[in-house]
This record gives sequence, C-alpha cells and structure tokens, in this order.
Amino acid sequence: MAIPAELNYTEDHEWVKIESETAMIGITDYAQDQLGGLVFVNLPAVGDTFAVGAVFGEVESVKSVSELLAPLSGKVIEVNAELESAPETINNDPYGAGWIIKMSVSDPSQTGALLDATAYEALTA
Amino acid sequence: MEEQAAGPLLKTPLYDEHVSLGAKMAPFAGYEMPIEYSALVSEHHATRNAVGIFDVSHMGEFRLTGAGAYDFLQRMLTNDLDRIGEIGTAQYTLMLDEEGHIIDDLIVYNTGGEYLIVANASNRTTDFEWLSSHAPDDVELADESDRTALVAVQGPEALQVITELAGADWEAPERFHIKDALFQGSLPALVARTGYTGEDGVEVFVRSADAVALWRLLLSFPEVTPAGLGARDTLRLEVGYSLYGSDMDRGRTPIEAGLGWVCPKTKSGYIGSEVVAAQRENPPAEVLRFLRLQRGIPRHGYGVFAGEREVGTIASGSHSPTLGVGIATAYLPRNDIKPGAQVEVDIRGRRVIAEVIKPPFFVKD
Repeated sequence: MAIPAELNYTEDHEWVKIESETAMIGITDYAQDQLGGLVFVNLPAVGDTFAVGAVFGEVESVKSVSELLAPLSGKVIEVNAELESAPETINNDPYGAGWIIKMSVSDPSQTGALLDATAYEALTA
Repeated sequence: MEEQAAGPLLKTPLYDEHVSLGAKMAPFAGYEMPIEYSALVSEHHATRNAVGIFDVSHMGEFRLTGAGAYDFLQRMLTNDLDRIGEIGTAQYTLMLDEEGHIIDDLIVYNTGGEYLIVANASNRTTDFEWLSSHAPDDVELADESDRTALVAVQGPEALQVITELAGADWEAPERFHIKDALFQGSLPALVARTGYTGEDGVEVFVRSADAVALWRLLLSFPEVTPAGLGARDTLRLEVGYSLYGSDMDRGRTPIEAGLGWVCPKTKSGYIGSEVVAAQRENPPAEVLRFLRLQRGIPRHGYGVFAGEREVGTIASGSHSPTLGVGIATAYLPRNDIKPGAQVEVDIRGRRVIAEVIKPPFFVKD
C-alpha cells in the first residue's frame, strides 16, 4: 500500500498536501482499497467553509457510504469535478488524479495535529 | 435483509476456495459468504459480458417424493404444477401463509417422480417446518441442503463453458429446464437453465464433496470470473428480480409485491389463494414500485417523498453498474404513484428526484 513520504495524513485515512496556505486533500491508497470500487462522489461547492472534522463530502461504493472529514479548517477553493463522472479515478490514482478538494487553510497551526507518513504507516499496519 | 442465525456462522463447501481467492467474506443468512473477490463492479460486468460464477450453496434444497407429492405442492405453492408436468421442467413459485403473506419465493423442479425445491437460505428452516407440518402421510420430505452444493454459472458465454465440461454429446437444457450431466466424464451434476442475473446461464447442483472440483474446473476457463453476493444483488436488481427480505416478506402479499403472475388466476385451493383472489378484486393500498434516480445512490430504509409527504421507504437500493445510476424498489401508494410519476428520495438529508418506472431497469438484448 503506497504511503508517499511527502504527504501528511489523518486517522480517517485522508492525505493532505500542504503548499503554503492551501491544502490539497484526498483519500489514501489504503482507504480506497478498503472501500472497493467507488461509484459515486459527493463534492462540496467552491466557497463552502468547513471546520476541522466536519463532513465535507462523501464517497460511495456499491455497498457503502463513507463520509469525508475536513482534515483542517478552511474554505474550499477548488474541487476535482472530474470525479463526478469518473469516481474510479480515486481507486486508480488516489494521490494524483484522484485528489478531491483544495482548501485555503484558516488555521495553519492545525497542521501540527496531522500524521506524517511513518505514523500513518503504523496506523495501517 | 439477511437474517442471521444465532450461533457460529456456517460455511459452504467452497469456503476455503473463497478465502484463497482473497474474497471479502461477510455473514449472510447464517453463512460466511463471499461478498466480493476483487471488485464488485468488475464481477458484475464480467457476468454481463462473459461468465460469472457464484457460490450459492447456502440456499436450501428440499426433495419431495411420494404418491401425494403433486397434490401436496399444489396446495402449498401458488404456481400451477401442471405447467411443469413434463419431467425436467421448472417454475418460479411462492409459498404463502393463510393470510396470503409470502413465506418464501422458490423454484420447483420436476426431476421425474419427485420434486426438487430451492429455497432462500434465510428461510430454509421456516420453509421446511412449514412444509413438514402440512405434509400428509403419503409425502416424504427431505432437506438435502447440507449435502448439496449449488454454483450459478451466468453470462453470455456460460453455456459454452458448461457444454465443454459436459461433453460433445450433451445438449444444454432449454430455459427453465433441468437435466443431468457428467462433467469431464466423472463429476455428476444436475444442470438447471435458471438464474438470478438476467443473463443466460445455468445453476449447477453437485454433491457437497464435489463442489471444490467443480469450482476449480470452472475457474480453469479464462473467460470465467468468480463473483460475490454483491454482484449477484446488483445484477438481480437491474433486471427487476425480487429479493426475499427486501422486496417481499411475511408482511406482504403477491399482489402487493408485483408477483401476481406467479399466482395463476386459473388455480385456486392453495394456501393463501383467497387473499390473492380478493386483492385482485380490491387491490391493496401499496404495491412495489421501481425507481430510477437522477443522481446519488438510494439505500435500504431511505425515505421516499411525494412533496412533503413521506410515502414509503426504499426496499432494495443500489448503484446500477450497467446503467451508471441509482436504482431502487419501494412500496408506494398504488393509486397515487404510478410508472411515469416522479418522487423524491431522501439521501441522508438531500432530496433527489427519482422516476417511477416499469421494471426491469435493464433488459439484455
């Protein structure tokens, strides 16, 4: 299961790529494997704001629904709209073309609570 | 939904095969069953496009013999056995209680001098006790479930595979027919041209001891994909087949469930027949309807709304891999909401428009 060293992670199996004030967010390879083939993604709207831990979207396989939880507080500045017609992109490329949203981070200090790759690997072991 | 038997989960003779194929296993009707192997959607498409094989050995098999078997089953089951008077024929049928409620949906095979009944796994005990408690002295009833394995071989290329196993002299049975075969010259099987996917194909009965050999023979064909109960459910819902426990249960009648066609008007005298006849005259308030959504995935228990009024809940609901949209069934007021109408489904707080359609959602050409 791929766990890129340069990303941060949450205990809810999301990855976060922080670039100055913005964060790109997706779900991990482990998460997509556990969920199985995704067939529906419910995305937020650009401009929506979420507090850390709030539900910002959902991914669904045929058999189950999983909520997406905001890893950081902030405002959605971009969504990967291609997932609406091709949710399987998350399965095929979870850290690349399968990214889900970009947020502007309102409280950069929250990034300290994220896991690094080593800690996340321990969580999924 | 699946009813779980108390106590440890049972295993089919193919359990170890599923585990070694990496299947995700889950409890279903008291058995630990494969839900998916690699990916549900791929298994679904493999069945629509080539061949999927399904372990359905959890299902119940009863054998009825004796001079009174015909009369007895005519009284216990809704469909007319005279339609399967020819040896080697089969029919879909229902067993009702005195209130006309559905105890189970079944397939009955006329295997010559006896009847073979295939029952839902979750109803096996209930069915057997119901039949036993009504059986007269000149009927013998045997529960063959534990010594019988059942593998469904479904898809447009299924018959080629089966014919290759059964040998050049063997001809596949017609639809809703059943016949013996000897696979590879040594593995005795009973092959029924029935299924639950909307595809052509067969269901193969073998002795439990032969199940692994059959399974491995089937998997030796490159066009064959093992498919789990997850794909079985999406395949059957797309073609509008009812699932006991979701689309019908002990609280519903055949007329409510849209299964009046399994209760011929020309037949009377079976248990529950008065209720069926009365509901034909005075139709019930609710009937099973089929919904196709514009977006989102409906799931069992979600509310169905007409305006602000909640008119029902989702019975079966899923994403349709073939159509790429959400599909569902729901019991809805018969008069108010007919095919062509629009309703709304509450998907976790969001209202999504659904069109009421005539089943099936999908027909194979």
